[in-house]
Amino acid sequence: MSAEMIVFWILAIGAVLGALAVVLPPFGRNPLHGALALVVSFIFMAGVYVQLSAFFVAVIQVLVYAGAVMTLFVFVIMLLNLTPEELAQPKYSWYKVLSVFSALAIGFIVASGLTHVLVHFHAASIPATFGNAASVGGVLVKKWLFVFEFSSILLLSAIVGAVLIARKRRS
Amino acid sequence: MGVPLSYYIGLAVVLFTIGAIGVATRRNMLVVLMSLEIMMNSVNLVFISFARFRGDVGAHGIVFVVIAVAAAEVAVGLAIAIQIFKHNRSVNVDEADKLKY
Repeated sequence: MSAEMIVFWILAIGAVLGALAVVLPPFGRNPLHGALALVVSFIFMAGVYVQLSAFFVAVIQVLVYAGAVMTLFVFVIMLLNLTPEELAQPKYSWYKVLSVFSALAIGFIVASGLTHVLVHFHAASIPATFGNAASVGGVLVKKWLFVFEFSSILLLSAIVGAVLIARKRRS
Repeated sequence: MGVPLSYYIGLAVVLFTIGAIGVATRRNMLVVLMSLEIMMNSVNLVFISFARFRGDVGAHGIVFVVIAVAAAEVAVGLAIAIQIFKHNRSVNVDEADKLKY
């Protein structure tokens, strides 16, 4: 087993354990614990991105996800200040077992589609500047300029929408 | 080349399934939003791993757009969660069913 493989397994197991701690009820009953486990998962994912030589995306992942989005989550959890009774999950039921099966079915569909892509995949060599800020910025303003501009409009409308929804109603 | 592409794709599928299980089973709206974040992250991982093995940096631009969409979704979703909590003192998504009837 090469060193890269060992690093990959450490990062992958860390990311999966963090995600499981968010989802599984014994750990994630308190949403604050879930948010902290999600930060751990995101930082391990950033490590995987570094291993895939996507350095700039890894930095943005830590800044935006583990920084900004998680701050928003923790802030809302603090604002809501849920009591243990409000956090209680209903007992396990047939409905819950069926929803786990449907989620596994969705995962199976995704896996089969990706396997189909993998079979017909042809690898190519990568350029030396792959994944640094200059190459990513260049592709963002040359290849995806319209998508980039539309995402700025999306963010602006999300800001306005969030303020409009969350403000106090004047009755 | 150290780690084969299929390992990264396998990790992405596992994370996507975990996120889907969270969305399907958890009833706390905040945890549902966190599970959605996990699913979006696994999609980003698929983009980045294919970009790495194709030698094409174009997918990184799409990853940025996905991150922007995730941030917008969280901002609006948490605002809606606050309003739902103000309305019926709970963030349980099963109790937020006023629009159904």
